[in-house]
Order: sequence, then C-alpha cells, then structure tokens
Amino acid sequence: MKIFINGSTKEFKGAKIAAPELVIYLNLDGKRFAIEKNGQIIPKSHLNGVYFNDGDKIEIIGAVGGG
Amino acid sequence: MEDKILNINDKLIIAGRSFQSRLLIGTGKYNNFEETRTAVDASASEIVTVAIRRINLGQSSDEPSLLDFLPSKKFTYLPNTAGCYTSEEAIRTLYLARELLDGHNLVKLEVLGDPNTLYPNVVETINAAKILIADGFDVMVYTSDDPIIAKQLEDIGCCAIMPLASLIGSGMGILNPWNLQIIIENAGVPVIVDAGVGTASDAAIAMELGCDGVLMNTAIALAENPVLMASAMKKAIESGREAFIAGRMAKKPYSASPSSPVKGLIR
Repeated sequence: MKIFINGSTKEFKGAKIAAPELVIYLNLDGKRFAIEKNGQIIPKSHLNGVYFNDGDKIEIIGAVGGG
Repeated sequence: MEDKILNINDKLIIAGRSFQSRLLIGTGKYNNFEETRTAVDASASEIVTVAIRRINLGQSSDEPSLLDFLPSKKFTYLPNTAGCYTSEEAIRTLYLARELLDGHNLVKLEVLGDPNTLYPNVVETINAAKILIADGFDVMVYTSDDPIIAKQLEDIGCCAIMPLASLIGSGMGILNPWNLQIIIENAGVPVIVDAGVGTASDAAIAMELGCDGVLMNTAIALAENPVLMASAMKKAIESGREAFIAGRMAKKPYSASPSSPVKGLIR
C-alpha cells in the first residue's frame, strides 16, 4: 500500500501502518512534530490507535527558522 | 487614546504576557543554529518567531532542531504563517503550530498578497484573524501601515498590531513615519513595527515614534556580523525608547538658539 507523506510517496507492506510505527520508521521518536491525516490534525495523545491506510495523505510538520 | 505616564521600566505587555525586551527577532536566514542562538542572546530578545514547515523525512535520530537551541523555558515562541496567501492556509498552519507547541496560542498572523513584494493581503488577514481569535488564539498581526486597517484589526481583537516599516527583507527602513504615528496614536494595544528595518537607526526611529517594540529578522541575520548587529539593535531599541519617554525638544525650523551664554563675550 502507498501513503503520501509531505508530498512524497512511501510504500509499505500490508494493508495499514500504525502511527507510532511510522514515527519510529521516520526517526521522529522523541522529537517535536505535529501530524495531519487527510487534513485533520491527530493530537499527540491520540497517536496510539491511529492507522494509515492506502492513499492517505499525511503531513508531518515542525518548527524551522523564520521571521 | 488617553495620555499615560510612561516609565522606562514599563514592561511590554502582550495579551497578558509581560516582557522586558522590546526587540522581537526572527530565526530565519542564519548560517546554523549556533549562530542563531548567539545572535538571539546578544539581542536579549525574549520573543522569537519560528516558521512551520514540513519536517525533513530523511533525518537521523540525533538531528538537532531549532527548538533545542531555543528552549521554551527561556524563550516565547511566535509561530508565523510566512508563505501563506489565503486565510485558509494561515489558519491551517497555526492549528498545526498550536498542536506542535503543546497548546501555545500566541501567534504571528501574516497573509501575503503578492510573491514579489510580500505585501500583506489585509482582507484575507482580517478574515483569518476573526476565526483564530474566536478559537482562542492571541493574534499578533502583520499588516500594512494603513491606519484604518490597523484600527479594524484591533477592534476585532488582535493583541498587537504589527505594521511594516517597508517590504519584508528589504532593509529600506521606515518609509512612512507619518502613518506609523497615526497608528500609534490611535492604538489601544501594542504597536510593533515588523519588517523592513535595515540597521540600528531604523529601530531607534521606530521606538522614538512611540512604537512598543520592533520585530526584525533579515537586518540581523544578513548583517556581515549578525551577533554584533543583534547587540546594536538591542541598544537602538533601548535608546529609542528612552528618547521617546524623555520627550524630544521641539523642532524650531530656521531659528537657531545658542547653547552658550550670549552675555560676557570677550570683546
């Protein structure tokens, strides 16, 4: 199955991937970020129990330098 | 607004938060996070703007982040909506920022109207501000130097009005001190000049006009020596504020007045 993360396509085996599993896969464990799934924010406290399925559009954002 | 007796020790109060420093700085365009932090420390700023962007997906588990260098215990973050051209984009960005920063609700709203000038779209800005304020955000708003729009933004509940001095990143200084003066005289919330400051004298002029603070990024980050410029800006803000409170002498065009006694001249 394919999901779209920050505009790039990522392929995974199986029909779905758990949100915490994706966080570890992307080396984001323990870092500060926020996640949107198909335009809806998933609060950090609700990440457990969320799955990403084929075709989901995911945005993962952080803070960078800006004025 | 009614006249208030100002004191040099007065703090900058924004939406109930109190700050000693009247210099707010952006964190973009620095060479690295160490330089960012050293410049921020030299500026003595307490409020730092940050941008919200897609995270780098290929990163290692120990990759440093901006927020590690600017810890929330020491600094107040001001997430911005730079790069947003519609109220929808700006609102989405700030919802994500609030989630990212654990419910932090003090934000800098800017909705741009044109990619060449980065001039604000005040119609979209007002639309976004109304929605954000209704949802509990404390909105510091970037706007043009139009006094009517500035007052409208205050009336809908923005906690600070941030008119441009000149175009973002242009370093052209304060192009319309007369409009800024009108905005300041009419305002019941802090007025913070945001964008266009190029060097220390620009910041001092903004403060001498009676601005409550100045927000800048490029003037420091793109100086040949950013850390030294950060220190210069700190002093300019302080001296401009002192001069404003001290109250400048009246201008007397074409009428010189000697500073030394006119009596007792040696003939």
